[in-house]
Amino acid sequence: MIAEPPRPGLAAEAARTLRALPTLLRVGISEVVAYRAEFVVWILTTNMPLVMLAIWHAVAADGPVGRFDQRAFTAYYLGVLAVRLLTSNWAVWQLSMEIRDGTLATKLLRPIHPIVGLAAEHLSAVPMRALVITPVIAILIAVGRDRLFQHDPALALIFGASLAGAWLLIFFTMVLMGSLAFFVDSALGIFELWLGLHAIFSGYLIPLEALPRWVRHAADVLPFRFMLGFPVETLVGLLDRRQALAALGAQWGYALLFGALALRVWRIGLRRFAAFGG
Amino acid sequence: MPESFIDVSDLSKRYRVHKRPPGIGAALRSVLRRKYELVHAVEGLSFRIGEGERVGFLGPNGAGKTTTLKVLAGLLYPTSGRVRVGSYVPQTRDPRFLKLITLVMGQKQQLLWDLPPAETYAMNRAIYDVPREQAGETIRALVELLEIGDLIHKPTRQLSLGERMKCELVAALLHRPRVLFLDEPTIGLDVSMQAKMRDFVRDYNERYGAAVLLTSHYMDDVVALCPRVIVIDRGRLIYDGDLRELARRVRPDKRVTVRLAHPVERADLERVGGVVSLGPAQAVLSVPHERLQSAVRDALAALPIVDLTIEEAPLEEVMRELFGARVPAA
Repeated sequence: MIAEPPRPGLAAEAARTLRALPTLLRVGISEVVAYRAEFVVWILTTNMPLVMLAIWHAVAADGPVGRFDQRAFTAYYLGVLAVRLLTSNWAVWQLSMEIRDGTLATKLLRPIHPIVGLAAEHLSAVPMRALVITPVIAILIAVGRDRLFQHDPALALIFGASLAGAWLLIFFTMVLMGSLAFFVDSALGIFELWLGLHAIFSGYLIPLEALPRWVRHAADVLPFRFMLGFPVETLVGLLDRRQALAALGAQWGYALLFGALALRVWRIGLRRFAAFGG
Repeated sequence: MPESFIDVSDLSKRYRVHKRPPGIGAALRSVLRRKYELVHAVEGLSFRIGEGERVGFLGPNGAGKTTTLKVLAGLLYPTSGRVRVGSYVPQTRDPRFLKLITLVMGQKQQLLWDLPPAETYAMNRAIYDVPREQAGETIRALVELLEIGDLIHKPTRQLSLGERMKCELVAALLHRPRVLFLDEPTIGLDVSMQAKMRDFVRDYNERYGAAVLLTSHYMDDVVALCPRVIVIDRGRLIYDGDLRELARRVRPDKRVTVRLAHPVERADLERVGGVVSLGPAQAVLSVPHERLQSAVRDALAALPIVDLTIEEAPLEEVMRELFGARVPAA
């Protein structure tokens, strides 16, 4: 029997993961570039905010809806488009497929947590997406320059943190839903249900302010708004500093909660992994 | 036997599998009431493998070979029993354990499909935390051994199956694992490529002292690489020991191949032993082990022999025989 090497601590493991991260991100970016056609098609399918913009723009022609005039709607939906493109990912589809067809096995054999690997893979897409949305940002600045962040640098900082929080919250939700494939065949069906609720309560289709009071109250306590609506509201100047800070706390709280839940479901699920076909 | 490095003790693995007959009616019924079946993939399996040993892991389809390899690699949790590899329990998936092993599955790949293999190597170097200098040296050595220098910068999807498999091996061995679990590593490869892979695995084993546990449906792989075999069927151990001894037990007859100066009558050959095949210039005879000396003497005296060779029965035949009639465990 070989002598067991001294057990590395958590800090050493974290340091090892951090050392690997730049290479993982670089290879991930190479993959995104290799899949560039698929990437552009995916971008083009994220057109719902533009459809909603056209509708609300027409509605607001007769007069503002609450705090939203035509320019506010334009800024809002361009913000939705930009935030969604920067923070969304496809981890749920990837994970449920890899669990079902057994290809997860190759990732489980590597001495890095598969969720860290998955996160690096999905983070690699962000720079390319940021590049693609540059024109959207340019139009957004031109249209909403008099209201972005209420001209408060602190709100710009909160917006940055809210983008990171939204990315984490969405990623952990996707991992949680994807890990359900360890237990049920229809993990994606459950996720479709989640997406339906997300469309209403996140502010994706309609700004939450324009919805009935009870929907807004529900949105304040559900996690969906923190995935999209909250960063966009901060960006286009709908929140003051106090409101934004409170929402940021709730968002990161949700991100931690979903991270813990995702890891728990992952750990329990892994014991059931059959690695069929893999 | 060298000191135990891999230790499997009373291992059992059972799966619960959803089962339904074909047809829309059965599909609808399964929505309301699902039927499950308990599959006993591995039952009470025990064996030990020493450091640097090369062991063939044999059995018919569904015998439980791949399940056992996956348990050993930490992919599956055992239903019961104990497994240890080096100092580690595989299921804890300790990063140090994962650096110690590799699992090559002939039908699965880890290479990034749209990128050249060199990118997968860069990624594995980072993940396994291999110093750049050591990784470069290992890659150079492996690339040279496998003769794939001009392939590792082409996108993986543009490589042939054999080329891909060789590139897979480099990715799997980049961190210099000390245990190789090889599950059908030569599947789909042509004969010369299979031979190259076998040479490579033997070379790696000798160079790094790595233990090898190999499953393959190509018996040539096993004969060339594994002095010892573990044979399982329906999840249970039926033989563990020397490959030649297995052949002797299951097929005690020797194969005597004679090249003939001119054609002979079948009856002349039958006086020497059982005729397996007969051609104008060559015949293959089956002779019981205890009669071998006298049979060879008779053959040399009575037949126009140009050349004569004596071999064990081919392993394929041994396996066919084995799974028709069980042999007692060694």
